[in-house]
Amino acid sequence: MSILPRTGAASGADVLIALRHVSKSYRRGGQIIPVVSDITFDIRRAEFLALMGPSGSGKSTLLNLIAGIDTPDGGSITMGGADITRLPEAELADWRAANVGFIFQFYNLMPVLTALENVELPLTLTRLGRRDRRERALLALDLVGLSDRVRHFPSELSGGQQQRVAIARAIVTDPTVLVADEPTGDLDRQSAEDVLAIMQRLNREMGKTIVMVTHDRRAAEHARSIMQLEKGELSQRVELPHD
Amino acid sequence: MMQFFKLVARNSLRNRLRSALTVAGIVAAILAFGLLQTIVEAWFAGVDGAVASRLITRNSISFSSPLPRAYEKRIREVDGVRDVTFVTWFGGIYKDAKNFFPQYAVDSASYFRMYPENVVPEDVLREFQHDRRGAIIGRKLANRFGLKPGDVVQLEGTIYPGPWEFVVKGIFDGRDPKIDTTQLFFRWDYLNETLRMRSKAQAEQVGVFVVDVADVNRVAEVSEAIDHTFRNSFAETRTETERAFQIGFMKQTESILISIRVVSFVVIFIILSVMANTMAMTARERLAEYATLKVLGFGPGYVASLILAESVVLALVGAAVAIWLTPLVAAQIAVLTKALFPTLVVSKDTVALQAVAALTVGVLSAVFPMWRASRVNIIEGLRAVG
Amino acid sequence: MRLLLAYSLRNLRTRKITTALTAGGMALVLFVFAAVLMLDSGLKQTLVSTGEDANAIFVRRSAEVEIQSMVDRRQAGIIESQPEVLLGSDGAPVVSKEVVVLIALPRQGSGQTSNIVTRGVGAAVLTLRPKIHIAKGRMFRPGSNEIMIGGALVGRFTGLQEGSTLRFAQRDWQVVGQFDAGGSGFDSEIWGDNAQFMQAFRRDAYSSVVVRLASRAGFNSIKARLESDRRLTVEAKREGVFYEEQSRLMSGFIQILGVTLSVLFSVGAVIGATITMYAAVASRKREIGALRALGFRRSSILVAFLAEAMLLGMVGWVVGLSLASLMMLVKVTTLNWASLSELAFRFVLTPGIVLQSLCFAIVMGFLGGFLPALRASRMKIVDALRAN
Repeated sequence: MSILPRTGAASGADVLIALRHVSKSYRRGGQIIPVVSDITFDIRRAEFLALMGPSGSGKSTLLNLIAGIDTPDGGSITMGGADITRLPEAELADWRAANVGFIFQFYNLMPVLTALENVELPLTLTRLGRRDRRERALLALDLVGLSDRVRHFPSELSGGQQQRVAIARAIVTDPTVLVADEPTGDLDRQSAEDVLAIMQRLNREMGKTIVMVTHDRRAAEHARSIMQLEKGELSQRVELPHD
Repeated sequence: MMQFFKLVARNSLRNRLRSALTVAGIVAAILAFGLLQTIVEAWFAGVDGAVASRLITRNSISFSSPLPRAYEKRIREVDGVRDVTFVTWFGGIYKDAKNFFPQYAVDSASYFRMYPENVVPEDVLREFQHDRRGAIIGRKLANRFGLKPGDVVQLEGTIYPGPWEFVVKGIFDGRDPKIDTTQLFFRWDYLNETLRMRSKAQAEQVGVFVVDVADVNRVAEVSEAIDHTFRNSFAETRTETERAFQIGFMKQTESILISIRVVSFVVIFIILSVMANTMAMTARERLAEYATLKVLGFGPGYVASLILAESVVLALVGAAVAIWLTPLVAAQIAVLTKALFPTLVVSKDTVALQAVAALTVGVLSAVFPMWRASRVNIIEGLRAVG
Repeated sequence: MRLLLAYSLRNLRTRKITTALTAGGMALVLFVFAAVLMLDSGLKQTLVSTGEDANAIFVRRSAEVEIQSMVDRRQAGIIESQPEVLLGSDGAPVVSKEVVVLIALPRQGSGQTSNIVTRGVGAAVLTLRPKIHIAKGRMFRPGSNEIMIGGALVGRFTGLQEGSTLRFAQRDWQVVGQFDAGGSGFDSEIWGDNAQFMQAFRRDAYSSVVVRLASRAGFNSIKARLESDRRLTVEAKREGVFYEEQSRLMSGFIQILGVTLSVLFSVGAVIGATITMYAAVASRKREIGALRALGFRRSSILVAFLAEAMLLGMVGWVVGLSLASLMMLVKVTTLNWASLSELAFRFVLTPGIVLQSLCFAIVMGFLGGFLPALRASRMKIVDALRAN
């Protein structure tokens, strides 16, 4: 386990996450509203995938399913060969702690904890000692360029800085996959660029697998491939040229 | 105006769980407050029940020292005295010390004549006067131990050692619910006769004399005359009104009464802290709405009165439930504590105090949120919507 | 764990008013709870310290207090000649044949009277009760109309002090000294010569006979022998036990009343904590969602919110106990129902009370936080994240 750069990108055939006939619907009133219907696709290791689509297309739901914070009604989702849809509640939490890093639209930092403590938080779920935790958290904050803001509380940081703290928190456990739900949705252009640049670097230089939901085409263009969702179904998948 | 009340009603029902919890808290607090007031009043029941024209003559040393029985005749001769009887505290144990209840040796001829508040059926009194070993017991005492006429009650004496047996002749009731009916009365002549054989030093003595004065306005003068009669004699006396006698007794446990009084107000502060917190949280969450109302042209007074009305409504709903519950719970406590509180009657004063306390809590809780809401800056308030 | 605890603690600090009000309610409950226990322990301490275990007291069988008891001279003579009784340096047994009578005295300030114990004692009484010493003046002379008073009486009764004259039982008594009985029940008594008191009160029997035992173990044999002696109608008790029993009636009342009130009041405070914690959960839904997404289990969320509620209780405990400890400065006088005489004592804080009130505080916090914490832990992550 290390968050130090890994050399090279993974091979194209190396599938990390496999979704098979995944469907999910919500009950509202007496009605059942399908949100995701029968979706099948693969996410390769070291992929940077942008999920796009109009609101209500099911992209956020799909992301939640991949991240294991929601469970599908049908189908299976496997990561590294293990079916996460069959895990009981508590084991799923442990699985998330070990494998998934989250980045939210509204950052969702704990307002009463400092930047450093926020980043340290997921490490309290590991067996790491106090000193190791601190070291790693500092390293992660350094990676997002916030070494000089470690003692600040979220309310003392700008939106862009808060989102960078959130990214540090997401990568500090060295998760298998990073999931981001509209990470730039609440940011100005410049801050959004900074955040996307960091995510791109994490993908290119360290081989992090990233799944990002966005409705912003300019943000999506930072990814390696873009997948379009329409009314809960996959409409197209585009590979972007490497630059 | 209709609109205003609709808004208040809907607002109180918005966070149902919180409103329900707040009301429940108020019920608990106002109930506790009412019960404590009732207990304090029960303590003073003896004082309230005292008859103005009745005097108590006791040994001037203290009430635990006896007086010679022979004094009765001389007291009767004092000008202004209409009637005299005497009472001796027996202090026996019925089966177990836990079963405490008051027992008195009384004069079978005169006692019930002077205490009309203890209502004894005529035939029972007649039987009592015909059987030396007879006893008359109060309704509550009879119910507590399941005693009925004909039963034999055996007491172990503490002041007058040895076993004592009495035959229940009948049951007396209180003239009103405040009268203590947990007592047992038996005949002083039976006590005296036995003491003459068992413990001569204790014979021919009584605890206190009870004196009925013909003219209420002359009680002070008559008291003085009685004490004067016995000055420099074998046992000097001290005579005071029944009320003063009871108060004197009460005064000595005053510190406990004061504690209960103080504590009963503590519970009001506890609930005030709970209610004030609820209202502060509620108002904070609704700052945006208050700002909106202001944008629509409502004045700060309107917003403030919305909060006040909600707070008072919650407090009064709680108080109403508590006031309804208090007599029911008081009755339960009276049963559970048995002898400790012979009478627990919730007075009108207590109910009024409960209502006032709840209203005060309701109003005070609204003060800070009202002040904040009426000063809310429209721009900031609207931003709080998020 | 530490970080999660810091999270709980800082959340309390952020919502200052709410925390203060909620903890304030709990503090008041704990104040009542601790104060009642302190009152009870003060009462017990006073009465227990009144007796000495090396002394045996003899009273008439089935008499619970001395004013109900009578022991005649012949019986007293038999008791003092027993071999278990310690002999003093002069070769005489260390015994005090005592006569106890209640007198009513006017209290300072009000015209009301209170009952005071007057105790006629033997000359050896200070050898018998070594914890008592003369604080002012001197011991009364045997056979005279001199008396001495307990320290707790000074200032409570009109004109009662060293050098004054007191009238009771149709005689004038000279107060020649004041004694200190270390806060025990004796401090609320008036002592004089037993023979004089018997004459003045027209008694021909003692109330009790107190003897010092040569060895503490001697109690069992003297008790067994005298209680089976047909000439005697007495009962023997260790002096400490005798006075401790006098505290039971009132102590029981104080405990029952106090605990009932505390429990009743705590309902209010627990509801306050519940409201506060529900609001805390509601306003932090997104945080909860994020924590769960990060991989914290439901149980961790439950613990974090429970910890917050229990910390709230602990804040209340600190404040409530501080308030209650101020009560140690207050002196209480009340009628002891068992002896029917007035007794002075203080609120006493013991380590046990500190611990009991802490447990009470934590339990209140736990009860108040339980349902809200359960709701927080049961939230669906997706819904929690969507909340605002």
